[in-house]
Amino acid sequence: MKILVPVKRVVDANIKVKVSPEGTIETASLKKAMNPFDEIALEQAVQLKEKGVAKEVVAVSIGKSDSSETLKVALAMGADRAILIETEEVIEPLGIAKLLKALTERENPQLIIAGKQGVDTDANQVGQMLSALCDWPQATHASSLEVIGDKAKVTIEVDGGLETLELTLPAVVTSDLRLSAPRYVTLPMMMKAKRKPQEVIKAETFGVDLKKHVELLTVEAPEARKVGVMLSNVDELIDRLKNEAKVL
Amino acid sequence: MAVLIIGEHNGSVLNPSAANLAAAASAISSDVDVLVMCQSGEGIVSEAAKLSGIRKVLLAEGEQFSHPIAENVSAQVLQVAKDYSHILFAADSFGKAASPRVAAKLDVAQISEIIKVVSEDTFKRPIYAGAAIATVKSLDPVKVLTVRVTAFDPVGQEGTASIEKIEAVLGTSKVVFLGAEKVESNRPELQSAKIVIAGGRGLANEAEFAEMEQLADKLKAAVGTTRAVVDAGMAPNDWQIGQTGKIIAPELYIGLGISGAIQHIAGIKDAKVIVAVNKDPEAPIFDVADYGLVADAMDVIRQLQTKL
Repeated sequence: MKILVPVKRVVDANIKVKVSPEGTIETASLKKAMNPFDEIALEQAVQLKEKGVAKEVVAVSIGKSDSSETLKVALAMGADRAILIETEEVIEPLGIAKLLKALTERENPQLIIAGKQGVDTDANQVGQMLSALCDWPQATHASSLEVIGDKAKVTIEVDGGLETLELTLPAVVTSDLRLSAPRYVTLPMMMKAKRKPQEVIKAETFGVDLKKHVELLTVEAPEARKVGVMLSNVDELIDRLKNEAKVL
Repeated sequence: MAVLIIGEHNGSVLNPSAANLAAAASAISSDVDVLVMCQSGEGIVSEAAKLSGIRKVLLAEGEQFSHPIAENVSAQVLQVAKDYSHILFAADSFGKAASPRVAAKLDVAQISEIIKVVSEDTFKRPIYAGAAIATVKSLDPVKVLTVRVTAFDPVGQEGTASIEKIEAVLGTSKVVFLGAEKVESNRPELQSAKIVIAGGRGLANEAEFAEMEQLADKLKAAVGTTRAVVDAGMAPNDWQIGQTGKIIAPELYIGLGISGAIQHIAGIKDAKVIVAVNKDPEAPIFDVADYGLVADAMDVIRQLQTKL
């Protein structure tokens, strides 16, 4: 079985981005990392390979040439090879899903494990769109995944608890936080990854429609909360909540 | 121009989020319909018909809707999509699973988690865990949106919509629903509760969380937590508040032993009043708190339990 894992290069999730007075977010100078949910997805795929369930794990990233840095990390984590679909444009989730579908037709994976959302745009769309375009079944926000023959048994996190679905492969699964715990990447792992193959394909060679569907008009900082007060004890807290905020 | 909202339910009762969705829809158009997909929907559709401002309730009934399978839900929505300029889902696990499928099949974008309707084609939505608010304009003929329900005040119950049964689509054979583990609780839902009490890593074990729950019950509050606590197995996943968990907007949020990672703050900063209790005076949660208390979380829980 071959597993395809899309990985996105994003601003490190531990950094709080700031909106400039001009209404832009300057990300060029900020530290980048693999989207945390994609790391979790990749770790799950590599574990399936280590268990002998999968034969090959292919990582794919769509973005500028520096996404190859993120793919190197994917290779170090255990992906067998990496594909960069290179573009200078910012591609919307629908375009990403179309490119991944085109790649899927070439690669024929039986399973695609994707992060549930990018921590930059917080869209949470690509996996579901890809599933719909391929007419493959989906399981979103997965917290556990087991492959048995041509089926995947997936537990997903939903409002109110957990649900378990059985999907007929090929299928798309999107990872939630608890699907796996990504391994720590060491320098020797990074060195070893250098020998693994990384292919670069220009996005336009797929010939898919990448037209713009949404125009970004403005970006602004959210309304700041007013500065609060520090209290000295619980009695004071109760008094403030009852008599000042009037919420108790 | 007509708007379709997707009415969720638990099999017998309409999810209150439908009233918030109706409010968002009313900001776009005066022609708003609700689609309910369920196994058997009499009670659910009569509740939907009562929502103020609803024109008609569409009901698709069938075994394939006994569980919310995204493939079946999106196929049914696509069946009626041609009559609508806007299709609105709640930005919850159900809406997030189904709405991108609808958009992809219509070859249009899906716009996630809108918090404001600026005009019929322009919407505001948070990005970077709420560190920025983007205003985006849809260039598509059909707008498929998910709505952050806490950002829209629910409509009233003065509606008298008609009910129309529609033909249900066939269910997929590629997905089998094996079962659910639902947390049964008499507590209010995190997203609709007036008070939310949340505990973090400052609480050491399940016994301490149980004490926090007792306090929550005394205050008729919902309980929440952080990712770290869920990861550690001390609380169920549906308690998680934050960027990738639930976004809440209660009158009062009390964070106990929570340091305040960016991702958690993203979920609480729409609360009217934020109280933070933490032993560490440098904890980032104090930056967004209206009232801060540098103290041991358990000590505060026990004092509140006796003094309230």
